[in-house]
Amino acid sequence: MPYTMSFTEDATPTMTATKLSVDHVNMTFTRDGKTTPVLEDINLEVREGEFICLLGPSGCGKSTLLNTMAGFLQPTSGAIRIDGEPVTGPDARRIFVFQERGVFPWLTVEGNIGFGLAKLPRDERARRITHYIKMVGLEGFEQSYPNELSGGMKQRLEVARALAVNPDMLFLDEPFGALDSITRLVMRGELLRIWEAERKTIIFVTHDIDEAVQLADRVVVLNSRPASIQQIVEIDIPHPRNLSDPRYLELRDGIFQQIGLAHKV
Amino acid sequence: MRYDTHLPANMILHPQRGRVLKLLVRLRPIAFIAVLLVLWQIAIDLHPIHILPSPWQTLGGIAYLIHHKLLLKYIVASLFRVTWGFALAVVLAVPLGLTIGWYRRAEMAFNPIIQLLRPISPLAWIPIAILWFGVGDLAAIFLIFLGCFFPLLLTAINAVQNVPAVYINAGRNFGLTPTQIVRRVLYPAVVPQLIVGLRITLGIAWLVVVAAEMIAVDSGLGFLIVDARNAGNRYDLVVAGMAIIGIIGLALDLAIRSLEHVKSFRWGYAEE
Repeated sequence: MPYTMSFTEDATPTMTATKLSVDHVNMTFTRDGKTTPVLEDINLEVREGEFICLLGPSGCGKSTLLNTMAGFLQPTSGAIRIDGEPVTGPDARRIFVFQERGVFPWLTVEGNIGFGLAKLPRDERARRITHYIKMVGLEGFEQSYPNELSGGMKQRLEVARALAVNPDMLFLDEPFGALDSITRLVMRGELLRIWEAERKTIIFVTHDIDEAVQLADRVVVLNSRPASIQQIVEIDIPHPRNLSDPRYLELRDGIFQQIGLAHKV
Repeated sequence: MRYDTHLPANMILHPQRGRVLKLLVRLRPIAFIAVLLVLWQIAIDLHPIHILPSPWQTLGGIAYLIHHKLLLKYIVASLFRVTWGFALAVVLAVPLGLTIGWYRRAEMAFNPIIQLLRPISPLAWIPIAILWFGVGDLAAIFLIFLGCFFPLLLTAINAVQNVPAVYINAGRNFGLTPTQIVRRVLYPAVVPQLIVGLRITLGIAWLVVVAAEMIAVDSGLGFLIVDARNAGNRYDLVVAGMAIIGIIGLALDLAIRSLEHVKSFRWGYAEE
């Protein structure tokens, strides 16, 4: 299968360049004179085209880490580099897909997908809109407003809006958290399909162990408050992944144990 | 059909019958007003004491106003003042409110003075308005402006503060400049709330103009009411003026409400 082939090629660390590097990143929040550490000595290298899941319990600081990678927050110390350049702010080459569903309710499906394409000539813009509407399966809803769409469709729309500007990285912050479990499963398949087709580097935040093991090349398991990297688990199963494969279950249970140990349950 | 004969007659819904029913539902509010008018007329006929003119006399009052070419003149005068006072308030309060709402520090600085001035009825400003602008249009426009300014300012401040940060961040992520963020994100995000504010404020403007015209000018629907009473107890004209004020107020509200049906604004209103 071609998918499996390309997967194993990309999974070989020596063959692809480093896309993102997180170097001794620390972060503290100060409120009412009290400082709270949120991130503690995070070190991570992400390869070009890699799918990384940041896994940790709610409120552990994984969203904060994602926001610093995307340039919305500045780390207190340490450095984040993308393609060797330090990250100083948000950038249209790296799009953040928000967990609260950041589609603009005042724009149609077309308007949302075309939002980041204002500088393109009209026909190129129309061509891309059509392409991504098709890719996420929203044909027939071009003129619909987001409040006429279901939760899953809105999420797909936001992914399409992100992909339309042809970024080289996607940051996804619990993007499927608000969906029902069936839609969530479908959306994971869709995301993998898009990833196989476009080979973006993806950083995906989740608190769902199954989700992480189903999607990622590597799962970064985070400790709680302050977040620090507990373990990085390589998921060496080719896509499409069989969810009853012994290796899948082994990796999943391993992470379960890791997280359990972290909480001393 | 065979079944039809077994059904009670009122349960068979022919399409035509359905349409008639719909029309009747539509006409219900109008029918209700008609019933009230008839009851009012009957009550006056039974007890012809001078506490209120009858609907018929009121209609006569309106005819009198039309005949003396006063009705249109007064309506235009009132609408002229409302338009200017309201427009001035919109032009000043909306940008100012959006700016104050955007900068948290500005809100902390401005809030006490806004909260202090806001509860003062625009009518309390009448002596000052006359002192500054004399008796005339300017004084009335100033009072309407005051009545509209503070509610609009507060609406605009709240509207900005309620814009979810995720929209602003998304705008920044797609590489928008600050001006583009205002034009392409902030403005469309606040419009639905602003429309609600405009609707409430236009209602206030219409209330204030009548009061202002009773004191500060010598034309308009408010002046008509005071003048009709002072110059010969013409209560038919008083009630005629009141009816006209009600009808125009309703028309203004319907006009501004039609904005709420614009498709790209509709997301801002609860829909069931």
